Amino acid sequence: MLHMAALKTSTDGDRARMASVALSDADRPVTRMVPQPDPLRHLIEVVQVEKIFGDPTNGHKALEAINVSIEEKEFFTLLGPSGCGKTTLLRMIAGFEHPTTGEIRLQGRDVASLPPRTRPVNMVFQNYALFPHLTVAQNVAFGLEMLNWKKPDIAARVNETLALVKLDTFRQRKPAQLSGGQQQRVALARALAPRPQVLLLDEPLSALDLKLRREMQFELKRLQRETGITFVLVTHDQEEALAMSDRLAVMNTGRIQQIGTPEEIYDNPANRFVADFIGEANLIPGAALGRNASVVIAVRPERVALASPDMPARLRGVVDSATFLGSDTLMEVTVPSGRVRARIRGAARLAPGTEVGLAWPADAERELAD
Amino acid sequence: MSAAVQGRAGGRRIRPFDWRHNPGFGFFTALIMLFLYVPLVVLVVFSFNANHFVTVWTGFSLHWFVRVAHNGDIRHAAYISVIVGVMATICSTMIAIAAALGFERGGSFRGETSAMGLVMMPLVVPEIVTAITTLIFFSSIGFHYGVLNLVIAHTVFCIPFAMLPIQARLRAIGTGYEDAARDLYGDEWRIFLRITLPLMVPGIMAGSILAFVTSLDDFLISFMVSSAGSTTLPVYVYGMMRLGVTPEVNAISAILLVISAALALVAFLISRPNEAGAAAGGTVAATTN
Repeated sequence: MLHMAALKTSTDGDRARMASVALSDADRPVTRMVPQPDPLRHLIEVVQVEKIFGDPTNGHKALEAINVSIEEKEFFTLLGPSGCGKTTLLRMIAGFEHPTTGEIRLQGRDVASLPPRTRPVNMVFQNYALFPHLTVAQNVAFGLEMLNWKKPDIAARVNETLALVKLDTFRQRKPAQLSGGQQQRVALARALAPRPQVLLLDEPLSALDLKLRREMQFELKRLQRETGITFVLVTHDQEEALAMSDRLAVMNTGRIQQIGTPEEIYDNPANRFVADFIGEANLIPGAALGRNASVVIAVRPERVALASPDMPARLRGVVDSATFLGSDTLMEVTVPSGRVRARIRGAARLAPGTEVGLAWPADAERELAD
Repeated sequence: MSAAVQGRAGGRRIRPFDWRHNPGFGFFTALIMLFLYVPLVVLVVFSFNANHFVTVWTGFSLHWFVRVAHNGDIRHAAYISVIVGVMATICSTMIAIAAALGFERGGSFRGETSAMGLVMMPLVVPEIVTAITTLIFFSSIGFHYGVLNLVIAHTVFCIPFAMLPIQARLRAIGTGYEDAARDLYGDEWRIFLRITLPLMVPGIMAGSILAFVTSLDDFLISFMVSSAGSTTLPVYVYGMMRLGVTPEVNAISAILLVISAALALVAFLISRPNEAGAAAGGTVAATTN
């Protein structure tokens, strides 16, 4: 019964998605830094949003020139360090904050000034905010009651949703009687029960320990697949973002730095911040490699190798340390322009002080404006 | 002063000042406790005295409690006290709930600090001033309705006592639950009834008990405002004292003391923080099981 329901929503969604793909593939640029608003195509559009807290002329600018489009059935992540404005943007989509200027469109309708209860969008809060005086079942039923559903329909949907998050046996418990992981599932069930068009997740895994976090990452992906709902996740954990997202937006100091698939962002960071924030990167001044002095060359440590006859050295330096990590060896090499980290496959026990040449294929480097 | 300078110069001798290791601190504390509680103990002990002296112990008896129970005037005064207390508690708690919601959930408004000061005024204004102004106010508008006068006067000075625990509770709950309810399509009125009000209950209980105890114990304002038919218990006790102190007064005082202390204890237990409800509003610790 549950699976049939899930199947039904997902086929409906698939058709919609196929339509949107057919529409979008023709004129879609390879990297879209500024998506053009098109009410027919995108589920959520954030258009030229700016948010200033406090005084409009000299208050704190939390968000600046934000343009994002999020598609139906997408797992989209807002990634950035704390204070970058990602949570403010999420709360704007939910309706808890309102943009100072700009538009937030849901299915083409501008909702920027509408209160949260009028938006078909639900949120999983960072500290869950489960109602402590209500049972698990009552918590999950709350949204449906507020939508004035009939009692039997509420009961059916609550059962279905609790089964979806594997909490069927806990319906009569109070939140305080549950573990952190279970409370997380209740929060998910409560937000998913009304079948919103978008599920917003504000650092949902940050309160869980590492093992549970890995488990919940798979759970979230499964829930998104089974329900066909668009998920928008906020996190500061780049591994989490790369592992879970269909696309992500990297944010810093109130601006979007880059939007793309995890692969695009990892392989083609748009600027110095993204290269540094996503994974590890050696940022080598252009002058050190005989290039334009105004650029920085980014090279991932795992692409750096020791120079060999068929791969001439691009940089020469002195080994600072070589740490054997099992499958790889992590080397720190001091070069004239600073320090370069290299992850070399296998064991490469070089004593500190050894002079080495470092090389990498041409496609491993990205030229970034400094 | 020189010790402090030396301490700073010596480096490792600096440590936080510790009150408990101050000589004479224990003795001083014991003295304060003695002054505070010995009179109360003496009062309660002599309410069980078989004699009618208030200072000479002759033997154990419940005689004075029986006398109190059979005294119709005392019973009437106690009845008035309870009626006034209950009415004033209900009225002041309802006003306090509205005020606390206004301060904690109404956003910031012009004159918020002044409004807060005005609500808290009865706590700092000398009670005799409030008592006299209340009396003058009622006389000048010709408002003489006995118990109703008392209820109105008590409601006014009970408001801050009722409001403080309610406001503290609202602050402890935070706005997270209400935001979650708003996100789940709740309108403000239903959010109040389903989420905010149930979570406020411990604060409301504590506030109303404090208001009731305050009303029950009040003497000055009741003394000024009460008329022939509407004498509260403390005012009646004062009247008895003028005719000479008998252990009957001790017995009434002992009863009042026990009721007040018990209610205050209940209020304290209810409003204690670290209750499950308040704790869940903060960060939830992660556990695996």
